[in-house]
Amino acid sequence: MGSLTLKQFRAPLLEPIDLHLQAGECQTLSGPSGSGKTRLLRALADLDPCAGEVSLNDQERSTFSAPQWRSKVGLLLAESGWWLERVGDHFKQPQTELFEQLELPKEAINWEVSRLSSGERQRLSLIRLLSNQPQVLLLDEATANLDQANTAKVEALIADWRERHQVAVLWVTHDPQQRKRVSERSWLIESGRLREVS
Amino acid sequence: MNLILLTPLDLAIAATLVVALALISLRLSLGIEGKLLIAALRTVIQLSLLGLVLKFLFVQSHPLLISALAMFMLFVAGYEVMARQQRRFSGIWGFGVGTLSMFISSFSVTILALTVIIQAEPWYSVQYLIPLLGMMLGNTMSGIAIALDNLTQHAWQRRQEIEARLILGHTWDQSIREIRRNALRSGLIPIINAMAAAGIVSLPGMMTGQILAGAPPMEASKYQILIMLLIAAGTGFGATAAVWIGAKRLFDDRERLRLDRLGKKRA
Repeated sequence: MGSLTLKQFRAPLLEPIDLHLQAGECQTLSGPSGSGKTRLLRALADLDPCAGEVSLNDQERSTFSAPQWRSKVGLLLAESGWWLERVGDHFKQPQTELFEQLELPKEAINWEVSRLSSGERQRLSLIRLLSNQPQVLLLDEATANLDQANTAKVEALIADWRERHQVAVLWVTHDPQQRKRVSERSWLIESGRLREVS
Repeated sequence: MNLILLTPLDLAIAATLVVALALISLRLSLGIEGKLLIAALRTVIQLSLLGLVLKFLFVQSHPLLISALAMFMLFVAGYEVMARQQRRFSGIWGFGVGTLSMFISSFSVTILALTVIIQAEPWYSVQYLIPLLGMMLGNTMSGIAIALDNLTQHAWQRRQEIEARLILGHTWDQSIREIRRNALRSGLIPIINAMAAAGIVSLPGMMTGQILAGAPPMEASKYQILIMLLIAAGTGFGATAAVWIGAKRLFDDRERLRLDRLGKKRA
């Protein structure tokens, strides 16, 4: 269970942001390429230096060590990184039901990373992130490399996950239909400001 | 000692060979004749100056003057390490990482050798200190330059992998461990190869010099063995320190990968 609160949070290219994501809530963020969406997510995950306050369940980020924070505030980047040969070597404890939900065979755990398609990489990196049990999810175009059927499966998995675990989700997407399907509130970046989309 | 003294004419004969090589380069349009002649000229000037400085220091033998020369050698080596980096650390770190690592390794190993093994009197005697330190710095410099270059290049190329690990809650140390290990390995391979080939493929420079100067071959061998072992240790310690300091510098206090601390890639 996790809520995320931003107070005068300063990410690159953006004016200070005040935002609250309740536990179990999903909000989407869109805007033109280069407007600072990914950089906001990176700053929230503490990958880039930034100023202002951000807290998880009302506990300020500075009270967590950086690895603790990143384990709890999980970031899924559009391009995933893999550092070992086999998929399974990247998991602490792979959750087999997640493979089933995304209709990936259990044997995927033994696949070679170099032979994965971009869609497989994206789905497997989502499973890898969820297996880490984060309390907040920051998703950067989580379905960009997927066809319609797989997009629907990923959306269903995330909806199910946030309901069961009460995680807050901040989802960057370019697709207006997806925005309507997955979120309670939507934000658009315009001239460095966040404007709520009705 | 039955050293045959060289005359300027002897050196001139050797120099004509290099001039002949430059002519061949010109004839074959290799385009390196200019560089070759300048490098040869630098060798003549630099070594002559070193000879003069050492001659002066042999007479004076003042600890302050000797340490000034040692520091000068260290700074030049530090500059060389920096110059060999394709992506060097910006600011003072570009010069500092290599220089500090060489200071830690070369100086401590040289002082240990002079005080405990060779037991020169005094330990800072120019005859022993400067040649030993020169050989230590020269070799350690190469090892550190290769290791640091490997570290920063791979950190840049594999940033996605490093950040993927950070995102999953790995520490900075876990996230760069493989890259750091490979960088250190690359810095140590040349000295390992040199030790493996010593005496079979190549006759090392110091041993050659001592034999030419009339030292008994077994004594020259012992000195060469000592030097090779010291160089291996010095290079290993220096490269370890440099790679460790460099890897740490690639992350900030919140364990973020800070590639902005590296300068632009140089040709």
